[in-house]
Formats: sequence, structure tokens, C-alpha cells
Amino acid sequence: MTDFTYAVDDEGVAIITWDCPGKSMNVLSFDALRVLDSHVDSALADDVVKGVIITSGKKDFAGGMDLNVLAKLKADAGDDPAKGVFDGVMQMHAILRKIERAGMDAKTNKGGKPIACAMPGTGMGIGYEIPLACHRIFVADNPKAKIGLPEIMVGIFPGAGGTTRLVRKMGAMAAAPYLLEGKSLAPAKAKAAGMIDEVVPADQLMETARAWVLSAGDSDIVKPWDAKGYKMPGGAPYHPAGFQTFVGAAAMIHAKTQGVYPAAKALLSAVYEGAMVPFDTALKIEARWFTNVIMNPSSSAMIRSLFINKGALEKGAVRPKDVPDQRVQKVGVLGAGMMGAGIALVSAMAGIEVVLLDQDQAAADRGKAYSESYMDKGIARKKATPEKKEAVLALITATTDYAALKGCDLIVEAVFEDPTIKATVTKATEAVIGDDCIFATNTSTLPISELAKASQRPEQFIGIHFFSPVERMALVEIIKGKETGDRAVAKALDFTRQIRKTPIVVNDARFFYANRCIIPYINEGMRMIGEGIEPALIENAAKMLGFPVGPLQLVDETSIDLAEKIARATKAAMGDAYPDSAVDEVIFWMFEQGRLGRKSKAGFFTYDEKGKRAGLWEGLGAQYPAAADQPDVTEVQHRLMFAQVLEAVRALEENVLMDIREGDVGAILGWGFAPWSGGPFSWLDMMGAQRAADLCDALSAKYGDRFQTPPLLRDMAQKGEEFYTRFSTSQEAA
Amino acid sequence: MNEAYIYDAVRTPRGKGKKDGTLHEVPAVRLSALALNALKERNNLDGHAVEDVIWGNVTQVGEQGACLARSAVLYSDLDERIPGVSINRFCASGLEAVNMAANQVRGGAGDAFIAGGVESMSRVPMGSDGGAIAADPFLAMKTYFVPQGISSDIIATKYGFSRDDVDGYAVESQKRAAAARADNRFAKSLFTVRDQNGIAILDRDEMIRETDMQSLGGLTPSFKAMGEQMPGFDAVALMKYPDLERINHVHHAGNSSGIADGAAAMLIGNKEYGERNGLKPRARIRATSRVGTDPTIMLTGPVPATERVLAAAGMQIGDIDLFEVNEAFASVVLRFLQYFNADHDKTNVNGGAIAMGHPLGATGAVILSTLLDELERSDKETGLATLCIGSGMGAATIIERV
Repeated sequence: MTDFTYAVDDEGVAIITWDCPGKSMNVLSFDALRVLDSHVDSALADDVVKGVIITSGKKDFAGGMDLNVLAKLKADAGDDPAKGVFDGVMQMHAILRKIERAGMDAKTNKGGKPIACAMPGTGMGIGYEIPLACHRIFVADNPKAKIGLPEIMVGIFPGAGGTTRLVRKMGAMAAAPYLLEGKSLAPAKAKAAGMIDEVVPADQLMETARAWVLSAGDSDIVKPWDAKGYKMPGGAPYHPAGFQTFVGAAAMIHAKTQGVYPAAKALLSAVYEGAMVPFDTALKIEARWFTNVIMNPSSSAMIRSLFINKGALEKGAVRPKDVPDQRVQKVGVLGAGMMGAGIALVSAMAGIEVVLLDQDQAAADRGKAYSESYMDKGIARKKATPEKKEAVLALITATTDYAALKGCDLIVEAVFEDPTIKATVTKATEAVIGDDCIFATNTSTLPISELAKASQRPEQFIGIHFFSPVERMALVEIIKGKETGDRAVAKALDFTRQIRKTPIVVNDARFFYANRCIIPYINEGMRMIGEGIEPALIENAAKMLGFPVGPLQLVDETSIDLAEKIARATKAAMGDAYPDSAVDEVIFWMFEQGRLGRKSKAGFFTYDEKGKRAGLWEGLGAQYPAAADQPDVTEVQHRLMFAQVLEAVRALEENVLMDIREGDVGAILGWGFAPWSGGPFSWLDMMGAQRAADLCDALSAKYGDRFQTPPLLRDMAQKGEEFYTRFSTSQEAA
Repeated sequence: MNEAYIYDAVRTPRGKGKKDGTLHEVPAVRLSALALNALKERNNLDGHAVEDVIWGNVTQVGEQGACLARSAVLYSDLDERIPGVSINRFCASGLEAVNMAANQVRGGAGDAFIAGGVESMSRVPMGSDGGAIAADPFLAMKTYFVPQGISSDIIATKYGFSRDDVDGYAVESQKRAAAARADNRFAKSLFTVRDQNGIAILDRDEMIRETDMQSLGGLTPSFKAMGEQMPGFDAVALMKYPDLERINHVHHAGNSSGIADGAAAMLIGNKEYGERNGLKPRARIRATSRVGTDPTIMLTGPVPATERVLAAAGMQIGDIDLFEVNEAFASVVLRFLQYFNADHDKTNVNGGAIAMGHPLGATGAVILSTLLDELERSDKETGLATLCIGSGMGAATIIERV
């Protein structure tokens, strides 16, 4: 059993076939790399072999590197992990460079053997970096195939020569979308962009590659950067045109990453420094910066949350083990408003039959029309076909008739956030659905256990909190009521998997997990306004933490009347214990001014007639004049961060959150919590419990009890623990 | 410690630093040599007359490369035993050359020096020497690099200078420069640039122009596009200055220093040097300073450089009779005036670089000679010259008449 097999055909073409046993997609490990190396050695040493084709035994070429390998490389290196990573990466360079030079003479560039890469389908990450080292890349005309380097999206960058080779192939400017944005292309477009050499009919892939290998001469296999007189397309850094590119690139990357993502910065340094030296030196430089990124705790945290743990949650890491397959055949969506329409759409797109029910037919039809217009937009953008649209619409039945819910195995109720209405709907539904049917309520604020009282089978009653807009937001928050049973949880998880979203499962408590953390973030912004902190400082401080929107913009988006409503309801529920009067003063004042946010084209920001945000509203300064002494941006950032992070810790203490992985992944996907940090718990680990506790002590002394160090964090500080070590058992169990 | 004195100061007129500028035909090395020769002739600098030539020059490539200072000495009529050293402190290079010379004299490393500088911006374009500060991603991001035009607009935004404020300042600079030229106030230092046949090429600062608020008001801000669109430097600036919501782009060609060609030189020496050679000192160099500041806002150096030079001299701001604050951008001078609550009537009284141009390597020595001439003309005692400097630096010098 080996990942790469080797055979030589009658014409003297060695075929190295990548075919990881027991996997549907090739993924590279270090052991496999050594096997590849030995096959390349065999081919170069064997006089019978005229050339080589590297191909795949699967429908795709390769999905990438096994990211766990990088973590292992670091862990295995003992007390000098950086050296371990660097040496490992250099070994990888040596093997790929051997392929690229293919035995040719260092001075004359003659005498090498042609090595082609024949890709039946997708090649991502290392699955494109290996082809880049080959002399010619053939890809089957498989429109579903993707060619690209997505490393940047999980917090690293292409570190097996992909960065150096692509930049030398197409120039820094042209390579930027693929390296810095992780953009991938289908074969035809990849060829047009110059990423690959030939797109051929799938059944002619091998013979085309073989014909090329047998006919290629010395000059066909010398890379431009190994030939005399090579000049980088677009200019090296101190070429007049290149200078402008690099000056501009540094500024653009800096602004785009807000300075918090190490990978993009390191990548750009590798490109810049590498552009001024010979190719092999450039690879060494790439390896140094890549090592630097791997050693950065932010990268480890991003890989852990956005790749490893996100994947684990999607594959059912927290699913009750003993419950059989609960995939949904027919879902009933109650309420065809914005949420219901979105839930119907994503369900139908996953091939699930949908009954979309509302009180009157026009509303139900409008809900279905949402899917129609969504698919039309997809067709206009060439992301969908008319056939797919027909298929999706055929699956959705818009109706007012409860009887149509018969045969549903899952109900998702998405009517108004009003317990009375929800209770009525629950009862009416349970009257017609089968005994096995699971009933889920989509609510963002109402306690599930309370809503479950309207149900005759509370063990089959569960909360599924979708985020808006449903079709765009990746997270689904599943909430267990007091009596919710395992089958309901499994159903919600299997449904989430069908609609290709990422689930977290939490216990029932006020605002569950996501909103519990988001609301204090908004509130902290409101308090700062009340204190006379410059609104621009609040918004910029948030953005520089990597939040997609600052608290003021966020409340404008979600609307100030909603904030006002939540504040009044919370106050009524909490009575004297209510701690947020300082927040309410600002919220209520804005509400009274009729500045309800973007929807009224007036909020903390001003908007033009089209609803486009123009700038911060100057009238705010009249009511809340800027204080003479403005705090340091770091203090503003600590307030905004801890407001959220401490809620996450308390949610864990209270067992609302049962797994820190869910806390981290949920925060990033649910409300865009600083992705570079890997999530609230990773952020605390990066900072260290002791320092976090010290900061909380200082913040609570200055700003109040909401920043008090939670007992769990205090305990960890005393013991010198990290979340990801203290709670590692829950990780392994899952 | 010895005292350092200025014995003489000369400068070329400032020519427009473009292809249609009058000095465009004159190589930088000859422009330098003309200044050295002028100083030699006026002061009889025969033989091994000075210890060294310290020569400010910013863009040290092409014809300004390979130690232009030494090339200029060899091009000139000075003795070959006099070496030369090119220095680069960006816009303050000419002043830094004087400060270094003065401090060498004070420390006893030589009796006399020639110090000054040159820049032929029309022949060797600004920025043509590249530079890691802007292009090296690690450094550019570590320092929140933005071009200095953006920095000047950050100053205007942060310290509240409107477009009218900076335009108003520019109009006044032009008015003062025109009046000074008409009144022949630059005559003492200024010499005519002549060709190899003795034919005059340029005898007056050629960039001064008539202007008013209305004509300046029509100019488009120079740094708005690079700030707000490609590549978007404003976003970088706001990361360093997050209390600002946006950058107010107020600077343009009319309220920023002009691109110029020119050279200036000074003779700096100790007391005995003057006595030995029959030269009369015109001013004592009382104190010097150089500072580093935030590289993003970049151009606020004159404030801490002034505080530092005052401290070194044991003086207060009120002890200074006249100021020269280089007009790199209008907001730089406005910030200086605002911070010290200094009197505009004592500052840049004969105009500045907005009106007459800023030949980078020379300007420091140019404004110091202008300051000295004006102290003598108006019979005042103490003057302070200061410049903002690229990458976040500042330099200053206090002189007093003797």
C-alpha cells in the first residue's frame, strides 16, 4: 500500500500515479513525498526511461497537503520547532526542484528528462505546486475541476515553491489573486490565465501527455527562470514598474488585512525578497517566511479552527453516536418571511423536498419567489443553470394548508418572534405531522425550553438558529432545550450537513451562544459613545481587530429599533439586576431621534438616497461631545474584545457551550469574530490566562463588573493552563 | 570645546526642477563645483584650506552617485587634498551637513569645513534611488508607510488645517518671496550660475509666481487618488491614526514645496581659523539637533527637533528672533506655528520652498543662509532653522550673530 505507484511503459515513459489508498481525494503526507522522491530518482537513473508523467489514479489530482502534517512537523522537532519546520520544507523544495531540473546539466541546461503532469481534475495547494514544478501541465477538460492555491484562506501561504514559481511565471501583480486571495479557476480559465499549459479531453489526457514527453527537447523543459537572461514579468522590486507594484501591494495588503493576518504579510515579503535573487535562493527565502508563518500562533489557531475543527464539526464531531442516519427527506418550513424563504431555498438546493407554509398564499408565494430570484441571479452570474433552477423550484410547495405538512420528517418553524404565535403554530403543526417528525424552531432570542411547552413531545423539540441571510451565513446554532433528546440533535446535525453548513450545538440559555456574545460587543460600543469616545476610534479599533464591521455599523445594520426592543425585554426580564442602563441611554436617544439604522437611512452613520453608507453622523457629537482625553486604541480594543470573549467563557462555565471548538468556530462563522485569532478561546490562549486575568482585573476596576475575571479563567491563570490543553479531552472524545 | 562659526554662505538661485527649468542643462556635479568655487573665491580658500567637504545629497544615483561630494571637489578649483563625503538625511541633508561640520569643529576634528548640498531634481528624479522603506513589505507594514504627501494631509486632518488654511499660507509665502526678491534681500548669498564661458544662465529664484486664493482653489488635491483609491494609503494611515474617520486631502502643487534644482555651501570654522585667514565670523552655531518621530505622519519632526535644540542651547522659544521652517508642505509650518504659538511674522519672513522650490539636498543650507542674511539685514540676534524629514525625522540649528 503506497500513495505513489511507479511503472514504465513500452515506449520508455515512466508513469508515477498518485492514488492514496482508502481515500477519495489524494492528500500529501511527508512519507508519501519520500516515495515520490524515490520514484523520481528511479526514473532519472534508468536509461530506458525517456520521460515521466505524474498523474492521479483518482478523478481529481490532489486536494492539498495534510495540514495535520505541519503541526506534527513542528511538534516532532523538539526544542527547536522552527528548525524542524524549515528543514522539512527545504526537503520538500529539494524534491520538487529535482523534478524541475530533471537531471539536466547545471550550466548547459541539457540532458534532462521531460516530466509532464497529467491532471484528471482538481489540483489545489500542493496538488498544484507539484504540477508547477513539472515541465508541462495537462488538465482534463473537466469543468468541475479547480486549480489553485487556497492556503491563504486557512492562514498560511503556498510554501512548497508555489509562491516563488507562480510569481516568476506570471509576475507579482498577475499572481496576486491566486496567492493573496486564494482564487481558484476551472481548467479553461486556468489556461487562459497562464496557470496551466493545456486543457485536453479527459479520454486523451494520458496520450497527449505521453506524446509531449516523447517529443520534448532540451529547450522545452528549461523553466524560464533557469534560462539565461530571465526577467520577472511586470518587473522586480527595483525595476521602475515593479517598484510601483511592490509599494502599492504592501499598502493594499496592509489595509486589507488590517495588519492582523501574518500569512499575507509573510507571503509578500517572500515574493519581494525572492524576486531579487536566483531561484534556489528564492526558495530558501520562501521557506524562511513560511516557517515564520507556521511558527506564528495566529496561523496555528486559524488552521485549527478554520480547517481542522470546522471540518470535524461538519463531519459530526458532536453528533450523538448511536443515533442512526437522520437525513431529511421532506422539510416543512413554517413562515415564509425572510428567514423561512432562505431556509426553504438552502433546503431545496440540497435536494430536500420543501413545504413552505404561511398564513396567506401571497406570502407563501413571495417566499418561494425568493428562491426564484436567487437562482436567476445565479444564472446571470453563470453559477447556476436554468435546469438547476427548475429542479430547485420543483421541490418547493408554497401553501397555506397545514395538511401539506404530512409526511415531513423535519419542521423548521420561522414565524414571528412571539411565543404566543409560535405556540399556536406548534400545536397546529403537531396535529398533522407524524409521530417521528422532529420540530425545530428558528429563534434568535426566545428560550427553547419555554417554547417547548407548547409541544406534546418536547424530546423531539429543538432550536435551530439560522443567521441572516441564510444562504450566505455558514453557521447554524443548534439549541437543546431541557428535554430535547438525542434523535432531535442528530436530526438537526444531519440536516445542517445536508445543507452544507457548519453546526454548533449549545444548551438553552438567554441569547444562546452567538447573540450572547454579540450583544455585549454592540453594547460596549454604545457605552463608549456615552463616554464621549470618538466614534471613529471605536469603529477603527474594531476593524483593526479583524472584525468585519464595528459595533456602530453593526447596530445600524441590525437596526436600532431591534436593539431598543431587546433592551426593553431584557430589562423587564432582569429587573433590578439589569446592568445596561448606560447602553440604553444611547440606544433610546437614537431611537427617539428616529435614527433606526440603515433601513431608515439614518443611524450612527449617514446614508445617501440609495442607502449607501456615507460617514459617521456628526449630530452624535452634539449629544455626546468628544471627551478631551481619548483612550489609547489598545484599551478600546480590549474592551471590545473582552466584552465578547468573557461571555464565551461564561457560556462555557455555565455549560451553555459544551466544547471550546464550537465556541471558536461558531464565533468566526457566526459573527466574524477576528478570524486571525482562531476564535475567543484561541485568542485567550494566545494571550495567556494570566495576562487575560490581569487585564480583566484592570478593566473591571475601571469600567465595572462586566469585565470581572470569570472563575474558570482565574483558575486557569493560577494553574498556568490553556483552554486547548485543559479541554483537550473533549476534543479527543469527539 | 571649540566654538563653530559660519564665515560665509553662498547659494545658487533655485531653478525649476523640470525639463523646462533653466538649470536643467547644468549637471549636478558642476552645480556643486560652482558653489564650491564661489566660496573659494570669496574667501581665498587656497591649498589644503579645509578639512573636508560635507555634502548633502538625497538621490545618490546616476550622476549624483559615486560620492558626488568627492567628484564635486575634483570638478572644482579646490585642492585635491580636500576629500568629500556625501550624506543623506533626506530633506535636511544640507542642514545636517552644516551641523556635522559644526560639531566636528567643536569636537576638534578639524579647523574648518565646507558644508552644504545639492540636488538636481530635474536630472535625477526624486525616488529614482528606490528604497526599502516603501517597497520592502516587512518594513513598509511595520512602519505603516505612506508617501509624504499623505503624511502632510494627515497633519492637516489631525491638527485641523482646512484647505483655506493651507492655501492661505501658500499665498502668503509667494507674496513674501516676491517682495524679498524685489527688495534684493537674497543678494548676499546668491551668486549667478554661469556657463563655462562666463555667460549667465540664471541669476534669480525662478519659481516665484503670482497667486491668490481663487487660483489655488481650482487645483485638484494631489494625494487624494492614491489615498482613497489605488493603492489606498488612507486606510494604512487610519490604522496608525484610528481616531480619524478619514483623511482630508488639502495639499496640491500650489501649497507644497516646488521641485527644484540648486546648490548651497557654507564655510564653517573655529575662531583661530578666522583669525589665521583674516576672515570675520558672521554667526556662531549655538546648538544642533536631530530626532526620529513617527514615520507615518512623518513630517512633524520640526516640533521635537526645535524642543531638543532649544534644550541643547538652554533657550526658550521666545529667545528666538527669526525662524526658518522648511515649507515642505503648508501643514508642516502651520503645525509648527500652532504648537509653539509662534509668530508667523517671525517665521519664513522672506517666503520659502512653496514659492521658491526645495532642491532636496541643498535646502537645509539654503534656508540657513537665508536666515543669516535676514538676521543681518534686520539687525536681529538669534535664528532657528528646522526641517521635516522623510521616514519620520527632524533637524534643527540655532545660530546667533557675533
